Amino acid sequence: MKATVRIAAGQGFWGDLPDAPVRQVQGGPIDYLMLDYLAEVTMSIMQKQKARDPNAGYARDFVPLLKEILPVCVERDIKVVANAGGVNVPGCAAAVRDVANELGLGDKVRIGMVTGDDILDRVDELLGRGIELHNLDTGEPLAVVRNRIQSANAYLGAAPIVEALGLGANVVITGRATDTGLTLGPMIHEFGWADDDWDRLAAGTIAGHIIECGAQCSGGNCQYDWENIPDLANVGFPIAEASPDGTFIITKHEGTGGRVNVPSVKEQLLYEMGDPHEYITPDCVADFTTIHLADDGPNRVRVFGIKGRPATDSLKVSISYSSGFKAVGTLVYAWPDAYKKAQAADRVLRERLDRLGLKFEQVLTEFVGANATHGPLAAPSSNELAEVQLRVGVRGNDRAAVERFTKEIAPLILTGPPAVTGFAGGRPKVEEIVAYWPALIPKSEITSAVQLLAD
Amino acid sequence: MKVRLAQLAHARSGDKGDTANVGLIALRQEFYPLLVSEVTAARVKEHFRGICKGGVERFELPNLAALNFLLHESLGGGGTLSLMTDAQGKTFSTALLRMEIEIADEAAAQLGLS
Repeated sequence: MKATVRIAAGQGFWGDLPDAPVRQVQGGPIDYLMLDYLAEVTMSIMQKQKARDPNAGYARDFVPLLKEILPVCVERDIKVVANAGGVNVPGCAAAVRDVANELGLGDKVRIGMVTGDDILDRVDELLGRGIELHNLDTGEPLAVVRNRIQSANAYLGAAPIVEALGLGANVVITGRATDTGLTLGPMIHEFGWADDDWDRLAAGTIAGHIIECGAQCSGGNCQYDWENIPDLANVGFPIAEASPDGTFIITKHEGTGGRVNVPSVKEQLLYEMGDPHEYITPDCVADFTTIHLADDGPNRVRVFGIKGRPATDSLKVSISYSSGFKAVGTLVYAWPDAYKKAQAADRVLRERLDRLGLKFEQVLTEFVGANATHGPLAAPSSNELAEVQLRVGVRGNDRAAVERFTKEIAPLILTGPPAVTGFAGGRPKVEEIVAYWPALIPKSEITSAVQLLAD
Repeated sequence: MKVRLAQLAHARSGDKGDTANVGLIALRQEFYPLLVSEVTAARVKEHFRGICKGGVERFELPNLAALNFLLHESLGGGGTLSLMTDAQGKTFSTALLRMEIEIADEAAAQLGLS
């Protein structure tokens, strides 16, 4: 058993710094690279891609990334764990195998595939048997949006990842899995933790929560003493240095920018948190009120004392469904009286939309530079503001109405208040809204499948 | 005397659907009891009037000298449904730090705040 295992976060979300995972691999010793590619509604995009092309439906940029880092990973025995498989784990795995073969590493790369999360084809069967999949936020039954569903996936936990690593995989590709499981899985595999060792499972889960947003714990978006955080251009993404007893250190590679300290780790711990006593995952329930932090040297924070409780009988399910259309238009008004001009333009626009008889679920106006972020808490706007951006968004089920709105923005330049600019981006795009439906499903309904891709 | 939370704490916010969460972390351990006694869910709800349309819940994390607030119905539907610039609630953190609380002058002096 290794004394410590270093798990590096490669990206905080799909669309994060493209070279961050490469720098993690090149910047110092690590044992695992973990990557999260799936935001809440990413699966719907992937389902659409697969509908057009059966070979698609996974995170395409995972493949060129592996082309770049596989040689180093193989040489230094760095394993990669990623939920890049989307709704086509075998397709993703095959593409990775092709890259490995191109690099002459075919016999050294063993690809583990984790499936079983996709329940899109089972929705009717489940509903028919009384498994309601009602919305966790609103309580509504899924039947309400049944004919608009675009994807449905259960969040698998660490166990199938552990199984894949146990089969000898050095690249593990999953579909929908919890971010925390991507970090916890390697720890369970390396340290042999039992599936009822709640305190250690909670510790691994919390390590995952800390590093899953990438640099957001190592100096990025850090409110504490932000101006003195060094060299953010070269921010080091975080590494969890885990020990068998469940304690771990959060750190980053030497020579990188950013800053890992107790405040930066605390900020990430509090991010997207509900009830801290009950952080529920497929693997355990972690209690964030038992976490203790201590500085352990420059850019090293020790995390210890964590307690956990048994996992629940359910898995979270993420379902995506179409929910109308939206568009956002913006224009910039300059001094003097920039705010007044923007307000006047908004009144003109809304009167025109009314006159056209256009109906929307919501029309939202914001004045960026005046009070868009803090609303009524912002200081009253001065007439001396250099510029204010008028930002108007509409949302509704009538695509034609939303489209018509997009044609009413640019005309304001020649038919509205003066000193206006910021229209060069062109007509706003109409966006189809894919909304998120969180639900629960009994664990007994989901069977994960793990196998190595055959040569 | 009045003290702004920005003098006592740092903060981080995020989203869970249409709910914004704001973590409020004491800058020094000795500020935490003050946050616990003065930054109540009711006062936070009042502070965010016009922004937070639902209820506010508060959780205590004495191990981190932090409080976690959930501001329900604050994000215009949240996620992809929201039209807000800050649909993810990432600037609610500093919005909370604008809040002022009243401290007795001696207490303020003891904490090095005056």
